[in-house]
Amino acid sequence: MNLILFTFIVLLGFTSYYFGRKKAYTIQSTKKRLTALPQFYGYYLAIWCAIPAFIIFSLWAIFEPTIVKLLILSDYSNQGYLDDELNLLYEKSKALSRGQFTGEITPFIEASAEKYLSLRSIAQSSKVVIVLSAIIASVAYAYKRISSNSRTREPVEKFLNAVLFTASLAAILTTVGIVFSLIFQTIDFFKVIPLFDFVFGTHWYPAKAFVRDSSEALDPTMYSDTFGAVPIFAGTFFIAFIAMCVAIPIGLMSGIYLAEYASTKVRQYAKPLIEILAGIPTVVYGFFAALTVGPFLKELGTSMGLEVSAESALAAGGVMGIMIIPFISSLSDDVITSVPQSLRDGSYAMGATKSETIKRVIFPAALPGIVGSILLGVSRAIGETMIVVMASGLAANLTLNPLESTSTITAQIVVILIGDQAFGDPKTQAAFALGMSLFLVTLCLNIVALRVVKKYREKYE
Amino acid sequence: MNKNKEQLLNKRYKAEQRFRLYGLSAIFMALLFLTIFIFKIFSTGYSAFQKTWFIVPVTFDAELMMLDQNPSKEDLQDADYYDIALKSMADLDPNANEDQENELKRMVSYFFEKEIKNELLNDPNLIGKTKEVYLTASDDLDQVFKGNYPRDLPEDQRRVSDYQLKIFDQLVANGKVESKFNISFFTNADSREAELAGIASSFMGSIFSILVCLMIAFPVAVLAAIYLEEFAPKNRFTDFIEVNINNLAAVPSIVFGLLGLGILLAIFQLPRSTPLVGGITLSLMTLPTIIIAARASLKAVPPSIREAALAMGASRMQTTMHHTVPLSMPGTLSGTIIGLAQALGETAPLILIGMVAFVNTIPGSPMDPAASLPVQIYIWAESAERGFVEKVSACIMVLLGFLIIMNLFAQIIRHKFEKKWS
Repeated sequence: MNLILFTFIVLLGFTSYYFGRKKAYTIQSTKKRLTALPQFYGYYLAIWCAIPAFIIFSLWAIFEPTIVKLLILSDYSNQGYLDDELNLLYEKSKALSRGQFTGEITPFIEASAEKYLSLRSIAQSSKVVIVLSAIIASVAYAYKRISSNSRTREPVEKFLNAVLFTASLAAILTTVGIVFSLIFQTIDFFKVIPLFDFVFGTHWYPAKAFVRDSSEALDPTMYSDTFGAVPIFAGTFFIAFIAMCVAIPIGLMSGIYLAEYASTKVRQYAKPLIEILAGIPTVVYGFFAALTVGPFLKELGTSMGLEVSAESALAAGGVMGIMIIPFISSLSDDVITSVPQSLRDGSYAMGATKSETIKRVIFPAALPGIVGSILLGVSRAIGETMIVVMASGLAANLTLNPLESTSTITAQIVVILIGDQAFGDPKTQAAFALGMSLFLVTLCLNIVALRVVKKYREKYE
Repeated sequence: MNKNKEQLLNKRYKAEQRFRLYGLSAIFMALLFLTIFIFKIFSTGYSAFQKTWFIVPVTFDAELMMLDQNPSKEDLQDADYYDIALKSMADLDPNANEDQENELKRMVSYFFEKEIKNELLNDPNLIGKTKEVYLTASDDLDQVFKGNYPRDLPEDQRRVSDYQLKIFDQLVANGKVESKFNISFFTNADSREAELAGIASSFMGSIFSILVCLMIAFPVAVLAAIYLEEFAPKNRFTDFIEVNINNLAAVPSIVFGLLGLGILLAIFQLPRSTPLVGGITLSLMTLPTIIIAARASLKAVPPSIREAALAMGASRMQTTMHHTVPLSMPGTLSGTIIGLAQALGETAPLILIGMVAFVNTIPGSPMDPAASLPVQIYIWAESAERGFVEKVSACIMVLLGFLIIMNLFAQIIRHKFEKKWS
């Protein structure tokens, strides 16, 4: 139904464009001077067709369900139901009206379902009537404006400008959406668990908070010593540290080699090949770490008499490091190539070898950019999910032994939220609180890194 | 004194060579990882494209199938195939006792009854006759035939019994085991049985998610890029938008999953586990990538083009829409494809919005529950059955194949259609 209406409105839009342009030609034929190109008359009319339709559609989408719900639940208003029960009743009648209801059908629900259906059809038909009449009215108004040959280009362009501006707000809206989705759950979480316990507690067993009847009152003592995030934060930074131990030397050295030593031919092939590493989906790395690297390290360790967990932090961190190599190598390559040639020439003129020039002149000059690229790499490592979920442990151990298993923020979020979630449960909220801390940490890292890189670029441009 | 100088010089040259070697070995290491990686995936995955079949003689006994004389099509549909299916497997070893008959049954997939049924539906004249029918081998025997299964383990540590192996070896000796191209890997939906599991459902899920993502992210990102590059005034608000975009490009993907869960599912009540929600979540993620690419290619259009259009009396909007934007399209499109390739490989946010649910039907629209290729990789990688290991690698090969095609496509668009300004 909505689809038919929508297509009809689109067709109306095209016809109004056609009529608008035609009107412009008729005006032109009366030897009057047009105020804009004929197609602007068409656009003008089409926009006046689209705007009311769009407004009414969105109003309907926002208010229709709430109003229908209110009307249906008004039948039950003075029978002493609780809010939750009322919601359940509403959902039941909705399901019944769609024929998807499987529970026991009471006469009340059946009556509500019928009412629901009739209300929906009333809403639908009134929507059609209102949309169509609004379109006719606004198009008629616009047509009158066109006929009197008033300006059309300026309004059309203003409208387009507004559309462009709205689109550019999408980025802000996404950020707001992220903060919005995280903050309420996080606040609820900290109402139950004191911030202090979360930040400084050393025991993380969210499974403990799970076996609980939802009707029971929240018992804060149950959660003490359950949501201490220190082991997770430590695990996250530890695995990120291992990853950077792999990624920084290899990435930086290959970046330097590509920028300073490699012939154009080597560069032409080696650079894209290394960048393939960045294009491989992380789940593939996770599979590789879990299936190949983990067991390999375990075997290697056993042969040397060490006890290595099959889900060691070393496996996850090492594979993550491989993933980050290309980020560091291409960024530092860019940064090093943008160091002015005059610095190199000066150093060579003093008799320095190439490596001395790189170490003493180019590297210090490029340092801010390199630091920026490393920070971006760290932010990647902290936010990386699939490798950790698949290759490192899921129990949060507080350890600094790379051969044992640890867990990270991202892995815990996935573990908690996989499957069905009950909103309002401290365990679910804990995942959002972890998400919030992840977002804040990476946000700081990103902002600092981007600042540093930008400052550096400005210096040499 | 002179000798000392020479020594020093030699030392410096040695250091130079060492440094160069470090660089070279770093590149070598990175490429080595890539090679090991691809080799590993291919060596474990290629066998999944083959499937093992047993050729078993089946007697279509009308009595056992409870069929009357001259059965109609409906009768054939409703007939009882279980008994003849069971009998044909049991007949492989005439001396088998009841336990052994059960083991014989487990040598083929639980789908074998259907396979026999389809055989009869294709040719109703088979009633009362015996025909050799291809039956899918169970995933363990499939692995045995491919040589991936450790046969020398003690019997109680493997899922295939000695008896099954004995019969299996007899069948192999008689040439009744055959390996054919595994079409069902591409046409079947996911299944709990490794031998029947396919990527069709997750593949369609991926396609739908990517389409939704493209339909939302592309227009919004291009419009936003046009505004920021061509119309936005230089002020604090514009700076703020830019900071937001750059930051969003580096926000961990899992945070977008939390956004999808907390807003799309909890507040807008969109259906769980569907490519629609997945696509919207992914579109928010690819938005900054596309905006950055589109801005870069708008920036690359030389100002002379704009000045020429303005000089001919075009308005700024006309200049942008008629000249700048079309000229920037190749760069924008290749950036979009690269962004979509990233979205195609994304797993974590889709897991959070419930696209890990077990789906054994092929979704027909973005509103049906589905998995996606990377999530399928995750699901299979977490299952214990040995048969899934090669499936995961094969699924990875398909996914990587797609990513390579998309990236090549992006390269071609960039090199073929982009104007070089000089």
